Amino acid sequence: MSDPVMVIATPIRLDYTYTAGQASSRFLRGLTERKLLGQRCPECRKVYIPPRGSCPTCGVPTAEDVECKDTGTVTTFCVVNIPFPGQAIRPPFVAASVLLDGADIALFHLLQEVDVQQARMGMRVEALWVPDEELRPSMESIRYFRPSGEPDAPYASYKDHL
Amino acid sequence: MPEPLTAPHVLEYPYTRSVGPVMGAFFAALRERRIVGVRGSDGRVIVPPQEYDPTTSEALGELADVADAGTVTAWTWISAPRPKHPLQRPFAFALIRLDGADTAMLHAVDAGEEQVMRTGMRVRACWREEPRGDIHDIACFEREPEP
Repeated sequence: MSDPVMVIATPIRLDYTYTAGQASSRFLRGLTERKLLGQRCPECRKVYIPPRGSCPTCGVPTAEDVECKDTGTVTTFCVVNIPFPGQAIRPPFVAASVLLDGADIALFHLLQEVDVQQARMGMRVEALWVPDEELRPSMESIRYFRPSGEPDAPYASYKDHL
Repeated sequence: MPEPLTAPHVLEYPYTRSVGPVMGAFFAALRERRIVGVRGSDGRVIVPPQEYDPTTSEALGELADVADAGTVTAWTWISAPRPKHPLQRPFAFALIRLDGADTAMLHAVDAGEEQVMRTGMRVRACWREEPRGDIHDIACFEREPEP
């Protein structure tokens, strides 16, 4: 009898076509001009970014475009220590929820130019955009966020956005 | 209003699966172009083999060789194969009871056209050129000439 078979490869692949919709398409096209376009809910007045065309809390359409700043506050973060297939960056690195100035919901993005030990809630950060010729309708138009050097934001300023 | 943006989005999971001693023996046999089942508590030969008896739940381990030819017990015609299907031309998914087995195994039958397919037809395994120890070692089943 030959060697037993211990494992078999069972790869799974799902091919989707993602359609962004009107609101998210506007957001994505804004990225090619280094603009961060959210939308404000007419009822609760919260600004969602990326916008989905409706308010997830009130369930009403959102129509008012609002430009957010490319600076913000780290609300939560995660230090990624484990390598996995398809990973673009060598661990350890920091993935952070960034509450952009002018937004009411955090964006998830990469945090770099910071020692992973130094990552913390309340840290003030700024977007590092790719050069003009690399700007595309994609979140990758922001290469990553990095510390802006400002003093940490007080907890009260983001406690309702966690 | 501008057209909404679309983009391809591919999700891939590179899973491997531990097969255990019984399925492991089945896959190892495929690598040698053999098909094995396991004998259940009632003496029936189950193919592909199961680790536990379907009625008594007791652990099973007595392997039994079966033939690489058998009888179609049920089938469905795939007229437009999808990219991950075993054949890229119209074929049948069929339950095949191999000679010496008491259960039927799901595999593909390369019959050419639907009219050829029928319950009770005889088929034989077509082996991949270099078996590797997985179910694709059987490329498909083909119709066996009637005796």
